[in-house]
Amino acid sequence: MADIYEALVKIVDKDYISTSKEERYLYGRDPGLMPPHEPDYVVMPAKVEEVQEIVRLANREKIPIVPKGGGLSLTGLVIPQKGGILLDMKRMGKIIEVNEKGSYVIVEGGTTHGALKSYLQKHYPHLRHSIPDSPPIATVVANAVIHGQGRLTQQHGFNSDMVCGLEVVLPTGEVCKIGSCAVSQYWFSKGPPMPDMSSLFFGWFGTTGIITRMALKLYPCKKLRDVMLFLTDKADLVPDIILKLGRTEMMEDVVVSAQPIPLRFKGNFYILAFITGDTEEEIEFKKKMAWNTLWEYFESKDGGFVSLVSEMKAPMMSMPSKETTKFADVSKGGGFEYSGPIAPIEKYPVFVKKLADLAEKYNLFYASSARLIDGGHCMMFSFSYTFNRAEPDSMVRAKKALDEAAEFALENGGVMWKPNIDEQKMMMARMDPNTLNLMKKIKQLLDPNGIMNPGNWEVS
Amino acid sequence: MKKYQAQIHRCFRCGYCKFPTDYSAFNCPSYNRFRFDTYSTGGRLWLTYAWLKGELPWSEHLAEVLYTCTTCKNCTEQCPMKFAPDIVDWIIGARSDMVEQGKIPARIKRFLESVYSYGNPLKIPRTERGAWANGTKKYSQGDEYLFYVGCLGSFDENGQKMAKSLVEVLKAAGVSFGILGNDEECCGNEVHALGETELFQTLAGKNIEKFKQLGVKKVITLSPHAYNVMKNQYQGMGYSFDVYHYTQVVSGLIKNKKLKTKDSEFKVTYHDPCYLGRYNKVYDAPRNILQGIKGIKLVEMDRNRVDAFCCGGGSGNFVTDYLAGGEDSPARVRIREAEQTGADVLAVACPGCMVMFKDAVKAEDVEGKISVLDIATIVKESIVA
Repeated sequence: MADIYEALVKIVDKDYISTSKEERYLYGRDPGLMPPHEPDYVVMPAKVEEVQEIVRLANREKIPIVPKGGGLSLTGLVIPQKGGILLDMKRMGKIIEVNEKGSYVIVEGGTTHGALKSYLQKHYPHLRHSIPDSPPIATVVANAVIHGQGRLTQQHGFNSDMVCGLEVVLPTGEVCKIGSCAVSQYWFSKGPPMPDMSSLFFGWFGTTGIITRMALKLYPCKKLRDVMLFLTDKADLVPDIILKLGRTEMMEDVVVSAQPIPLRFKGNFYILAFITGDTEEEIEFKKKMAWNTLWEYFESKDGGFVSLVSEMKAPMMSMPSKETTKFADVSKGGGFEYSGPIAPIEKYPVFVKKLADLAEKYNLFYASSARLIDGGHCMMFSFSYTFNRAEPDSMVRAKKALDEAAEFALENGGVMWKPNIDEQKMMMARMDPNTLNLMKKIKQLLDPNGIMNPGNWEVS
Repeated sequence: MKKYQAQIHRCFRCGYCKFPTDYSAFNCPSYNRFRFDTYSTGGRLWLTYAWLKGELPWSEHLAEVLYTCTTCKNCTEQCPMKFAPDIVDWIIGARSDMVEQGKIPARIKRFLESVYSYGNPLKIPRTERGAWANGTKKYSQGDEYLFYVGCLGSFDENGQKMAKSLVEVLKAAGVSFGILGNDEECCGNEVHALGETELFQTLAGKNIEKFKQLGVKKVITLSPHAYNVMKNQYQGMGYSFDVYHYTQVVSGLIKNKKLKTKDSEFKVTYHDPCYLGRYNKVYDAPRNILQGIKGIKLVEMDRNRVDAFCCGGGSGNFVTDYLAGGEDSPARVRIREAEQTGADVLAVACPGCMVMFKDAVKAEDVEGKISVLDIATIVKESIVA
């Protein structure tokens, strides 16, 4: 242990290395429900060369490395299951370059979404990126690594789909560029027209390398933004309603909320359609399109648009979404977690019923937020339950509900988003054996010593 | 059970507490300095809860993590939860438990012992408290204001300059006031923030008793810390009086043309002290003073008002100095931010900020480029006799 600490001190300023019980305690757990496990070292590198040297050291000593961004997946993806070195990447937080005409930004591996949002607003107010609902400390890279979603996901897919170049420290210590940046000074493509190797690093939860730089596509930031609220009490209609909104190709984002309190929410489905425009005319036109496309539900008295005053709109439109975070305090217990399958949109009615059934079975408070992905190819549906950290029993009940929700989602054709290690096992048990074997081969090839975030995607 | 013990588990550790409103930088001074999540408010609350539950034993490091909080209240402003107003009180509550158990770091112990023995954290005999005053009149019944000088104003070289400047400004405006001199006690704001509840009660009790005996109706404070504690803690302790930070009084004097100022020509940026701004929402009075002096051009730093980045001196850190050292120390970060505005002068309204920034200007090696001046001195230099 002492030797490894001494070796780390030669790589990183010792002020940014800790073996103290306090840092190990905190970095050994996340706000969700997965059991804690402490790292032996918490290290904060400042540059790619330091990351390389740490990886080489870990290979020599055969000790695990877990790269961490904001640590907000809630599913324990950066809990060091086998100890070792936890790399907190947030000292690598620079915004390196904005290529305005190429519409992309290059950030370091620990840049937060908050910092990027603020930077673009100040220096490039006509450009934006897809901001997730998670708090601003979530990092751009880690969010892409877990295939996160954001405000532009309805239009452009998962946030990982918006990546256009990577610099990665491989598990064996080499620095590797992925995408157009491997052959050009421009970072406009993560692969095409070459073989797309970027997918070796997304969805793998840091088991295949550490992303130290990433280019992300930027999109026009229109001058005006608004939100419409469509209300229905018929879950069966929700899939068609959100698909129709998506197929107008005029919505920035489409999100459905369901929760039992306040009482006015119970039994109702709140469909939020966000729109943007450069002029009032553009906004009004898009609103009219939304009205027209959903008019039949108004006529059949199955739903209608709700008038919103600006005070009501502001929290709905905030980016990132403070309202989402507030859910953690609904039970005054400091905790919530959600199981978030990516699933066919048609499954919304059965998922939302299961959400309420599990809440009743386990005596939990629930909520759900479903987001249309990529114009309507699928949705993210969150089975969200609160728990009280001061009441261990409520944590056990919430975990059981989430496990059941995951099983249910998989049985109904869903695929778990940012799965915890239990859910990873559920998915691998169902996975095509050849696919599983391919995953195993890829991991063995890239990480021969098995040092990268071990415990995750462990194919037996 | 203390209130904080029943509530502290409610922190979700979402991290909003690390940022200003626009997320442009890390705005928690200790998190920005140390970068481990433990040094953010969420980290502190989780560690404290672990300590209460017996999952973490007390350690010097745990206590230092708690005591590096400057109580700047950025977290309170940014936390999205309903319990946000209580967060800093929870940290103070945990400190209070550590004090009661005698488990505090050596630096904090020295600070508190010094206040106990000397009546100030700087270990200077209390008989020298009024030495700076150079004949300034002592308060007597009938004076409109008591000028409460505070520990830094009484003992610190730069604080004394601030106090002397303010005395001249008040005299020039014909304000009726007096000081307590050696009879003044430490206000106790930092003692309260460090969790020494009993000592705080003693200090507050002595000051209140004195005010009562003298029939003090209005107090002007040099320090926002004293202003805060008298406004928010002393009230309800047996004697009511009005309290003003000096910028509130001086801005009124300028507005009512009690002070005539000459033209100046320099560019100023203003640093909001946490205990004036976030704690008491006094943002305009200092700015009104600066803008009331013809020729002064006020430019804002990116982080200002509710988003101002703390100098790192709060909660006794102007003495304990936990956050010093290195480029990421809050005062040095703030000096660089001030410099970026192109200002000639960084204006302050707090002797604690003054202490921190004077050191930081040297550390940043920008002494010739930007001056740190307090608003009282800026006004004094501008007065036309």
